[in-house]
Amino acid sequence: MAVQNKKLNLKDKYQYLTRDMGWEPTYQKKKDIFPDEDFEGIKITDWSQWEDPFRLTMDSYWKYQAEKEKKLYAIFDAFAQNNGHQNISDARYVNALKLFLSGVSPLEHAAFQGYAKTGRQFSGTGARVACQMQAIDELRHSQTQQHAMSHYNKHFNGLHDAAHMHDRVWFLSVPKSFFDDARTAGPFEFLTAISFSFEYVLTNLLFVPFMSGAAYNGDMATVTFGFSAQSDEARHMTLGLEVIKFILEQHEDNVPIVQRWIDKWFWRGFRLLSLVSMMMDYMLPNKVMSWSEAWEVYYEQNGGALFKDLERYGIRPPKYQDVANDAKHHLSHQLWTTFYQYSQATSFHTWIPEKEEMDWMSEKYPDTFDKYYRPRYEHLAKEAAAGRRFYNNTLPQLCQVCQVPTLFTEMGAPTKLSHRQLKYEGERYHFCSEACCEIFEHEPEKYIQAWLPVHQIYQGNCEGADVETVVQKYYHINIGEDNFEYLGSPDHKRWLSIKGIKPADEDKNAA
Amino acid sequence: MSIEIKTTSVEPIRHTYSHIARRFGDKPATRYQEASYDLEAKTNFHYRPQWDSRYELNDDRRTAIRMDDWYAVSDPRQFYYGAYVGNRAKMQESAETSFGFCDKRNLLTRLPEETQKQLLRLLVPFRHVELGANMNNSKIAGDAVATTVSQMHIYAAMDRLGIGQYLSRIALLIDGSTGKALDESKGYWMDDELWQPMRKLVEDTLVVDDWFELTLVQNILLDGLMYTLVYHTMDAWLATQGAEDVSMLTEFMRDWYKDSLRWTNAMIKAVAGESEANCELLQTWIDQWEPQVYSALQPLAEASVGIDALDEARAELSTRLKKFGLQSRGVSA
Ligand SMILES: [Fe+2]
Ligand SMILES: [Fe+2]
Ligand SMILES: [Zn+2]
Repeated sequence: MAVQNKKLNLKDKYQYLTRDMGWEPTYQKKKDIFPDEDFEGIKITDWSQWEDPFRLTMDSYWKYQAEKEKKLYAIFDAFAQNNGHQNISDARYVNALKLFLSGVSPLEHAAFQGYAKTGRQFSGTGARVACQMQAIDELRHSQTQQHAMSHYNKHFNGLHDAAHMHDRVWFLSVPKSFFDDARTAGPFEFLTAISFSFEYVLTNLLFVPFMSGAAYNGDMATVTFGFSAQSDEARHMTLGLEVIKFILEQHEDNVPIVQRWIDKWFWRGFRLLSLVSMMMDYMLPNKVMSWSEAWEVYYEQNGGALFKDLERYGIRPPKYQDVANDAKHHLSHQLWTTFYQYSQATSFHTWIPEKEEMDWMSEKYPDTFDKYYRPRYEHLAKEAAAGRRFYNNTLPQLCQVCQVPTLFTEMGAPTKLSHRQLKYEGERYHFCSEACCEIFEHEPEKYIQAWLPVHQIYQGNCEGADVETVVQKYYHINIGEDNFEYLGSPDHKRWLSIKGIKPADEDKNAA
Repeated sequence: MSIEIKTTSVEPIRHTYSHIARRFGDKPATRYQEASYDLEAKTNFHYRPQWDSRYELNDDRRTAIRMDDWYAVSDPRQFYYGAYVGNRAKMQESAETSFGFCDKRNLLTRLPEETQKQLLRLLVPFRHVELGANMNNSKIAGDAVATTVSQMHIYAAMDRLGIGQYLSRIALLIDGSTGKALDESKGYWMDDELWQPMRKLVEDTLVVDDWFELTLVQNILLDGLMYTLVYHTMDAWLATQGAEDVSMLTEFMRDWYKDSLRWTNAMIKAVAGESEANCELLQTWIDQWEPQVYSALQPLAEASVGIDALDEARAELSTRLKKFGLQSRGVSA
């Protein structure tokens, strides 16, 4: 840096306290110190152009984060002491937490590991430091979530073995494969996937449903965690935007690579969020907003503005966004009706929405709910009332890429199941959509490796051939406690006793 | 008199998570336990890493050290994130007071030019060594397979960034925040013969592939000699050169090193105690790296406290390693 006699401004000072500690190596080749920086084809001509997305020295990081932690744990302690679980809206709400702890918290941990890795991979010190701070933040989230749910685990089922289940249970391969996909990619794709596509573009669709959901349903522990993590997330989002602009500004050859990543990761993220859509519309006894409303605000409006902004770099909106936009009218209903049928193999309960909830859905989904989905629930309710609560005993077919069962319908044709297949090296592969099929075609060597839970059961890799053995022994789902219908479950009974309602009264209420 | 409280519905159905209960029994667990054990993914990875297709994600073969269960390595400080930042927040508070004190009284700007130069030449360039330590620990956090192990390394990574920043601020106090002193100091790091063996050593660590070899070299061997020499002996020597006030500004490093001994000792103890094969491997690495660390510090010792001080640091490290059944050269031949 040039010799100067003026006091440094904040930006330069921060650079002296971060990237200036780095140096051009001469004893080892740069390529050997940073071997992972080139293989994706991204061209970086000048790392000094990197704009630090935030300026936080370690001393202020420790101070600031410690203050937040202190407040957070004070609430956790009070929550446990006062048995805060008794103050939630309804015990059905806890199923959202089960989905969160087994589906999302392990991703926080994977994010910690992924950012620790990229925190070493880049030759730009500024970028490394920003990644490392996110790494330790994500470790924070993974741990505070364990602590936030710890009390619930003592009073409800289905929360007791989340990390174990994340590695094995069929529907949890949706989030797991998503993050494995990102972590196994190179550092620039990882940041495009997680920092940009997920944290920047889609994060509100995860955060708002769960955290506002907690607020609306009297869950003090989770909502406090949510508020506490908000300023971390703000940092993560600025990193996401900076990284994408930086890559695009560095070299025009980067544009098509980044565009393909945005197409891919938008779609991967959208498929992952389908789990959130059902949680939002069905698992929250007190609804925050509908999935379609959330999608409109947080993707169509905010995302629209963002991609308008990126136009000047030659970036267009994600290729299959029209399909995602159209799906907002169907997504949650298609998911919930599927999970309803497979509750024997899930760590959370399902149920038929109550009458007022169905009316709410009719209002929120005027073009689709009454026409396509209400009749299904009415049929399922009739069957259940006749003592034939429906469970589907055929294992679903999973998409080779997103690993969601192939349950979605075609755009504009809500009764036509969407399905694609192709042959690769003599083997046939199945997909939920054109978009997933295209992702596969681009990297077949990657996606043929997928650990598809249903295939694995058939191949005998899950400690048993029948669903019951797999569920109990391999998944650690306690049969009759964690799984099946909510009504009449131990959770349900415990809730009734907390509220001082005898099961008989409940029957009268329901009748 | 006693108050009747309805308890039936608040009786817990379990005391902790199943994965914690499998290790410690179904009884109330500590925050450290619930935050640290069996959280990271262990099996059924979907794709091989494109940056290293030899292994899976979270693959314990990324080091040649073999542990039946990596969770046997745990943190005697019981640091989960909240405990960690709480502890460091206190440490930084007293560092802040010292920096504020020196700044307000212009204690460093008033030092003789010769002393300032010594600080910029002999002390401040260690900020680059700290950045190397930061990078190495971040790599380890990304490669290690148990949360008890990986979290200690990400804490260490962030600590080293922080220490590098404190060292940098010493230079900013000297030059009145213009950056001139840091430029001068970086020049020594890059070109002064005194620093070249150290810079070569740090660059050599940056290409070490085996993460446990790297934690041994970085956090035990290099730190073992460096922290004793620089922040104890050299600190006392700098005081005799008129820079006693600087001691206040390196207090953080002394406290930090004392703290880091706790987890590094626990880690080596568990790993060396696991098997003869682990011990042999550790011994091979020590034989290979310890003399290099010694040589890298030699010119710096010669230019300041003298070689005897480095030999003392070496003997101290040797005594420490002996407790784990490991040998290193106690005195220079
Ligand atoms: Fe997070
Ligand atoms: Fe985040
Ligand atoms: Zn798919």
